[in-house]
Amino acid sequence: MSLTGLFLISFLLIHLLGNLALLKPDGGVAFNLYTEFMSNNPLIQLVSKLLYFSILLHAIQGIIIYFSNRSAKGQRYAVKTSKNTSFASRNMALLGTLILAFIFLHMGDFWYNLKFNPESIPMVTIDGVQYKDAYHKVVTSFSNPLIVGAYLIGVLTLGLHLWHGFQSAFQTLGLNHSKYTPIIQSTGRIFSVLITIGFAMIPAIIFFKNM
Amino acid sequence: MKLKLKVWRQKNAKDKGQFELFDIEASEHMSFLEMMDVLNEQLIEKKKEPVAFEHDCREGICGACSMVINGQPHGPQQGTTTCQLHMRHFKDGDTIAVEPWRAKAFPIIKDLVVDRSAFDHIIQAGGFVSVNTGQAQDGNAIPIEKTQASKAFDAAACIGCGACVAACPNASAMLFTAAKIAHLGLMPQGKIEENQRVLSMVKKMDDEGFGKCSNTGACEVECPKEISIANIARMNRKYMAATLASDKK
Ligand code: HEM
Ligand code: SF4
Ligand code: FES
Repeated sequence: MSLTGLFLISFLLIHLLGNLALLKPDGGVAFNLYTEFMSNNPLIQLVSKLLYFSILLHAIQGIIIYFSNRSAKGQRYAVKTSKNTSFASRNMALLGTLILAFIFLHMGDFWYNLKFNPESIPMVTIDGVQYKDAYHKVVTSFSNPLIVGAYLIGVLTLGLHLWHGFQSAFQTLGLNHSKYTPIIQSTGRIFSVLITIGFAMIPAIIFFKNM
Repeated sequence: MKLKLKVWRQKNAKDKGQFELFDIEASEHMSFLEMMDVLNEQLIEKKKEPVAFEHDCREGICGACSMVINGQPHGPQQGTTTCQLHMRHFKDGDTIAVEPWRAKAFPIIKDLVVDRSAFDHIIQAGGFVSVNTGQAQDGNAIPIEKTQASKAFDAAACIGCGACVAACPNASAMLFTAAKIAHLGLMPQGKIEENQRVLSMVKKMDDEGFGKCSNTGACEVECPKEISIANIARMNRKYMAATLASDKK
């Protein structure tokens, strides 16, 4: 759980940095070149397989743990308190399931169409070479308020999952130290907020620019 | 002060159980257990079955007084057992719900009394140290560094009450087990069995049917002895190291 979680966290950072190319006001040149590089580089292709596997492993393990913990608890309290735990820590499985649903939506829209439905993607010429206009596809999707809304919810869910998950992974791996734990905890919180703002910003800005 | 009590009543492990409501007059100087005593005296006078609950030392050191009060094990006061919780922390007219520890590994015996033998089994699996026979050694013969001794002492403050399991949404016993492993493993006398201890106690903990830790931190908040979850991280660390070093295939 902790290892796959941390791997997914490192992926999020790279994914966000790459996607920032979408905001460059160059009509999508930088983003299309980036997409082309990512879909053809053999190392990236290998890492992406590892990534799909990690998401599935993390999700399956998470769901198994959730059900086994539910049964270990048995009957719940009639009076519940929220005083001793954070919202995020109590709802990791729910948040995770929402993230999984979001990942399917997100990959169904972009990854599937780019990879298996190329007719749906127009072509664009950059410096005399033909490329798939992935940028156009993103802008089209992000002009639909329903899709933008789903992204905002998906990203917020992810932020909450990380709010607990980031520091939790270190505790699981046995790293708890009076000197470093406060640093890990604040890094986790800052990271969650930045990831949320970063991923929310992209669809929001594109939506408002094209309104 | 006048209070309404909502107390869990259950005849035995098989009974479904339900809440029973009581009106009670208590003084704010009473401890929670003294208030429960008053309730039971009233019930006995009316020839009704008193509420079964566990208590022994009534000074916060035995860990017997297990009750979940308004959703919190040992009630709202931090670092305090039910027997040391005073009624002045409640207001006149309050309704107070009292439930037993909830965890599959702690089956209910009656009303608020649960069977905590699972903890004993975890202790039996590794809560011991090797000592030489013969004459007792001089108390000061083994030097122990102060910070190490303090950490061991903090972990040794665990009274085995089970509030950590009761508070945990996963009914995990990691805080209890980690406290025992730290308390013994941090001392020179306990180093000999350290690897074996962490493997056997963790295995026993899982076999007893406790849940898996997801680091919600509820245990640390509710523990009457304020045992830190840093002990859990230490146990995770030692467990990984012991697994790697183990001779078992
Ligand atoms: C990009 C996506 C995701 C990231 C970055 C992520 C990250 C993390 C991290 C770092 C942890 C803490 C691990 C630990 O303490 O050992 C965690 C826990 C958890 N995750 Fe995720 N996760 C993601 C997606 C998902 C998905 C799709 C699901 C399930 C459907 C899920 C379910 C869970 C559950 C149930 C836990 C708590 C498990 C436990 O420690 O008991 N996560 N996640
Ligand atoms: S760790 Fe704290 S809550 Fe758990 S058994 Fe020990 S004293 Fe009780
Ligand atoms: S009765 Fe002993 S700790 Fe409360």
